[in-house]
Amino acid sequence: MAAFGTGASRPLSGRGGSPGFRFTLYATASIVIMFMDQRGEWLERVHYVLDAAAYPIQLAVSSPSAAWQWLKETIETRDALRAENARLLLRQRELELRAMRYEALALENDRLRGLRDALPSVAERWLIAEVVDIQLSSLRQRVLVNRGTSNGVFKGQAVLDDRGLLGQTTHVGPWSAEVILITDPEHAVPVEIQRTGLRTIAVGTGDTASLALPYLPANADVKAGDVLMTSGLGGVFPAGYPVGRVVEVHRDAVQPLAQVRAVPYAHMDLDREVMLVWFREGHPAAPVATTGDIKSGNSAMQPQPAPPRPKPASPDQTPGTAQHGPAASQGAAAAPGAAAAPGAAAAPGTAAPGAGRTPGSGAAPGAAPSAVPTPGDAAVIPPAPKAPKKPATPVLPEPSDEESPPYETDAPVKPTPKEPPPVVPDNGPRTP
Amino acid sequence: MQDSRGRMVFTALIALILTVLPLPSWLSLVRPEFLVLTVLYWSIASPRTGGIGLAFFSGIMLDVFQGPVLGEHAMALSLVSYIAVREHQKIRSKPAFQQSLIVFAALVTYEFVLFAIDGWTKHPVTSPLRWTHTLSGAIFWAPVAAVLAASGERRR
Repeated sequence: MAAFGTGASRPLSGRGGSPGFRFTLYATASIVIMFMDQRGEWLERVHYVLDAAAYPIQLAVSSPSAAWQWLKETIETRDALRAENARLLLRQRELELRAMRYEALALENDRLRGLRDALPSVAERWLIAEVVDIQLSSLRQRVLVNRGTSNGVFKGQAVLDDRGLLGQTTHVGPWSAEVILITDPEHAVPVEIQRTGLRTIAVGTGDTASLALPYLPANADVKAGDVLMTSGLGGVFPAGYPVGRVVEVHRDAVQPLAQVRAVPYAHMDLDREVMLVWFREGHPAAPVATTGDIKSGNSAMQPQPAPPRPKPASPDQTPGTAQHGPAASQGAAAAPGAAAAPGAAAAPGTAAPGAGRTPGSGAAPGAAPSAVPTPGDAAVIPPAPKAPKKPATPVLPEPSDEESPPYETDAPVKPTPKEPPPVVPDNGPRTP
Repeated sequence: MQDSRGRMVFTALIALILTVLPLPSWLSLVRPEFLVLTVLYWSIASPRTGGIGLAFFSGIMLDVFQGPVLGEHAMALSLVSYIAVREHQKIRSKPAFQQSLIVFAALVTYEFVLFAIDGWTKHPVTSPLRWTHTLSGAIFWAPVAAVLAASGERRR
């Protein structure tokens, strides 16, 4: 900062200190910096240092709101706390129930798949980060979180909250990281419509409560209420995380594209804690890098360029699947839907899709609700409500990834071929 | 002169904090660019000490906080500051209202440079809302200048 002391007592147009000269100097410096920042990655280091220097200021800036929050929490009335406690207890009970079901399903899945390629959850580990600073203008939607490279955070890491996808990290400093929200106008996330498997791109609008789907043709099968999930393309987000819900579809006769608006699940403006997630590489649901431009960060934690997808069942695999049939039918009381699928696969003359899906995608969601089949599969899974009483008749190629709760087998289960992680509020009670 | 430079850095820091302070979105739309106003004030009030160097480093800090490309705000602020330093005697002698108009023109120039660089570096933000701060900046110029002048008086 010593630079602007030059010529404190000198005349304005003196040598070396003339404004024109200084302007040329600084303008050249700016242009060089811009070029370096835009073209190469030489400036990553500088950025890193500057981020570190800026962090105290950001902390200071956020301190008033943090203090206010603290004060509010301190003087919050007992009633409010009690109400919140009750709500949380309820939520916990619900989640425990789901977890119970999940355990049972995971166990059964492992058994069905012979433990050979049992897939763990796609999320390897996660880290809770606190939001330090929020910028929510219509031009820029970013938050700053208090975790950085010292915690292993890397650039382009997926950030979630407890409801859905929030965004990804853009700049990572030593103790802080900037997260671009999915509602930032510069952000786009590859999504897939859960009901139909239709893939498209959700673009931020600059409004925390809305995402746009500008690339859907007017005749696309999309309607209000459709759930959007990540498709796993693009190399940043893994497949199967809930993104938002379609609320508005406009079809204009003169426009070739439908105007679709969705509401993100994540609470961009309310979150004080977010989750940074590391994904298991090689997992079928792990992000597929379509562009090779993610280089920074821990290379071991980068998504694989082409994760090995489980191939559709080849003929020699089919007997293997079939021999699980009896074992599965012992457990048929637990989940007849899952048991029926291998039967369908083994039966001669059954439609090929049924057999093809069984080993690869069918079992994955059971092991991990967050891990969904490869995006293409969703389109071919028929939404067939199963008939639990007759698991042996291969009338319908059963959606084998149906997560029927073991405790409510008699109830007709809503056909959700792929289930978002159990935290999605919309998916609560599944029996109609 | 040393304390005057310290005061500039201090006021610039305060302005920076005001600039990045989280506000509700409708309020942040009309928030003037305090740092630009501060740099403009010092460029006009003491062009020898402050001026382009202060502008450059303030711009770098702005880039760290909100620039898509490092150097963008530094470039724009340096340019605006250069103009202000060159014309500081003319601007100083104008009445407050005319100063506001000049500041408005400077802010529009500043935003235009940002707009152009945004376009070249492929981060285009074409929303007309990005220009609102030029107007509020012109309105806020008189109070900001008064506060900065008062800060100088007291320290001296």
